[in-house]
Amino acid sequence: MQEDPGSETPAGNVLEVVDVSKRFPGVTALDQVSFSLRPGEVHALVGENGAGKSTLIKVMTGVYDLDGGEVRYHGEPVTFRNPLEAQAAGISTIYQEVNLVPLISVARNLFLGREPRTLGLVRSGAMKAQARAILSDFGVDVNVSRPLRSLGLGAQQMVAIARAVQLDARVVIMDEPTSSLERREVETLFRVVRRLRDSGIAIVYVSHRLDELYEICDRVTVLRDGKLVAVEQMQTLERLRLVSLMLGRDMTSVAREGATALSGDHDVDAEKVLSAHHLTRRHQLHDISFDIHRGEVVGLGGLLGAGRSETARAIFGALALDAGTVDIDGVEAKHLSTSKAIKAGVVMLPEDRKAQGIIPNLSVRENIILAALPRLSRFGLVSDSKEKEIVEYFITRLRIKASSPEQKVGELSGGNQQKVLLARLLCLNPKVLLLDEPTRGIDIGAKAEVQAVIDELAREGLGVLLISSEIDELIEGSDRIVVLRDGRVIGELTGDDVDQDTLTAALAATPTDGEAP
Amino acid sequence: MAALTMTRPTVDREHAVRWLRSNAVWVAIVLVVVVDAFVINNFFSVSNLRVQLYAVTPTFVVALGMAVVIGTKGIDLSVGAVIALAAAIVPIALSHHLAIILLLLLVLVGGAVSGTVVGSMVAIARVQPIIASLSIMIGLRGLAVIMNGSADKSVTDPFITGFGGGLWLGQPRMAYVAVVLALIVAFLVRRTTFGRSLTAIGDNREAAQLAGLPVRRVLILVYVLCGVLAAIAGVMITGNQGQATPSAAGMSFELFAITAVVVGGTPLEGGEVRIFGTAAGAVLMQLITASLTQEQVQSDYLLIVQGAIVLLAVYATMKRKLR
Repeated sequence: MQEDPGSETPAGNVLEVVDVSKRFPGVTALDQVSFSLRPGEVHALVGENGAGKSTLIKVMTGVYDLDGGEVRYHGEPVTFRNPLEAQAAGISTIYQEVNLVPLISVARNLFLGREPRTLGLVRSGAMKAQARAILSDFGVDVNVSRPLRSLGLGAQQMVAIARAVQLDARVVIMDEPTSSLERREVETLFRVVRRLRDSGIAIVYVSHRLDELYEICDRVTVLRDGKLVAVEQMQTLERLRLVSLMLGRDMTSVAREGATALSGDHDVDAEKVLSAHHLTRRHQLHDISFDIHRGEVVGLGGLLGAGRSETARAIFGALALDAGTVDIDGVEAKHLSTSKAIKAGVVMLPEDRKAQGIIPNLSVRENIILAALPRLSRFGLVSDSKEKEIVEYFITRLRIKASSPEQKVGELSGGNQQKVLLARLLCLNPKVLLLDEPTRGIDIGAKAEVQAVIDELAREGLGVLLISSEIDELIEGSDRIVVLRDGRVIGELTGDDVDQDTLTAALAATPTDGEAP
Repeated sequence: MAALTMTRPTVDREHAVRWLRSNAVWVAIVLVVVVDAFVINNFFSVSNLRVQLYAVTPTFVVALGMAVVIGTKGIDLSVGAVIALAAAIVPIALSHHLAIILLLLLVLVGGAVSGTVVGSMVAIARVQPIIASLSIMIGLRGLAVIMNGSADKSVTDPFITGFGGGLWLGQPRMAYVAVVLALIVAFLVRRTTFGRSLTAIGDNREAAQLAGLPVRRVLILVYVLCGVLAAIAGVMITGNQGQATPSAAGMSFELFAITAVVVGGTPLEGGEVRIFGTAAGAVLMQLITASLTQEQVQSDYLLIVQGAIVLLAVYATMKRKLR
């Protein structure tokens, strides 16, 4: 790792992004965003879903072309045509999922493509010796002849970092490197990060864990909705302010008078319709318990990666639990699976509409009736008239705009696709609705309509679990908010406490003793 | 037909191209039939129809099951071996003087068990369909040959030979059976919850799972159906040949079947099953084979032509990206 005198540019930045814009059909993913990175700093890049973090990373590493602005590397404008070119220039990215070859040995992974050779033959002894030396330097003591996949995820991540540094990286981008690591592994990683920093390498660190950011990062750049919100020194930035920057307190300046179509004020019945007890899953959920009453909307609060979706999926039987039970209508659900959950009256609107929700090539009719097929059919047949009746009822009630019930769902707008999915759930006569980001990515009009439906359903006596990254939707829609962080319940807001300041404060709170950060 | 739509100014070109893409197989059949009518003597004769039907029917029956499997984004390479298994079971059952109904039942159970094994691997263990069925394709043929012994056995039972070789109204009996099977499968796919679940699974398995569909059960049943249909084809072939040859029976049928399905316009990406397209695909490939053979084109050239058709068909069914 020799010091490159050329890296000291007048501005002192090794990598600069200046006024970069990136548009996708219908969305502006980055809107004149600037970002600068100095040698020898760990720079946090934070923001909620859709803030533009991944787009920014992809712009810096040549995955995307720019629609405006420029990227400067060592002070010179550059255009990387692909990630390989960026890597060759010294910008390495370490993704959440380790991008190495799991079946070949640790040593070969480390040297893949530039193995020490004599006359075209790999000097495998020398390669292994070097690999051992390099890795022990990184605090990883493993048999380098073993296949990579026999290592723990933390060790694999370390191999990936070691490889990046061996490639003479001047910039290392780490995208949520700790999301699957144990605390001990995180500490090793941080030691390595500090060493890299001290040797003059610049590190972009993406994470949602505030404690980690404060522990390891020097500066922070906050993005929201594709725009640059703030660049601050980490140590002088209050946690509360960081969280409000990420969530955006002034985000309701949209012409909606700060109001959603949600009322968050329902006649809550004393009767519990769903109770989650001690839900636990390694790395993701730790002892999560809460109740939902009839007619109540319970919000799940938390930053990205807090375990909100995982909690909903676990209750719905779509995510296996290591421990914990779910009572539905007072009866414990054993060996929960999605079809059992549906039978017991729990339905879920999945977070990713395209990947987990719609069946794009089937019609609106077929998509709506899909989940109800088993209960509507007799000897495997569904009566046409009954089906038509149900489908027409929901198309009218939810105001689904389609050219006909036979139109393919893939051709509808996002809002109408979401309504089709709601209709799919509602024709199951559920008792509990788990809604994971019910209004994400749909236009304002459709949003208000979906919110009105949710409100109405709660009034009709359903229990609703609401997950939303939009803080005003969560606050106005919920009767009560259970706040999660790192897969744990860290608080509950009830009554008058359900407001923005209290929620922001809860999200920013420093972990108490006994709770692993 | 295509020319007709193209000349009308009101029909936009994109629409015509799309129509042609999804109905290419029918257009091709019409073209081949027109050419054959001029080139081949007695093309429109009852006897020629009979010859073609004998040749195409077993492939079509196998392709029916294959179309359903492909609709779930799967593939079943074991169908040829299931035909061999059926060929092995028939003479054994006959030598034990089993009633014909029990014999048929035994053959169908054989196909169903094989399908259950492949389906369970795919649905429960989540083995890739190509690997799951490849293992059965290899192993099952071995089993069939062991059951049968090395020598081919002649089958003279009148029901079996009649099933594979007999005529009704001047046409092969098995063709009528195939039509009935096609109607049953079309009904299953279009009208029942099973059929609608399987296309949903093929289009988006995760969404189908989250919608609470019995994904595993449906997937296993799909492979069972495919195995049972292949077993029926096995009885047809055995009866037609008058002998059981497990070492050769059904060889390459998995490829014939996949070809028919693909040429018929069923996309390999899953989510759609075309029963009548599959029939057309099987018929087209048979007509081309027959025409070129009759014109004394060497079989090597025939293979090249067939390969080109498969390529064209796959290109035509490639999905234009939805938004």
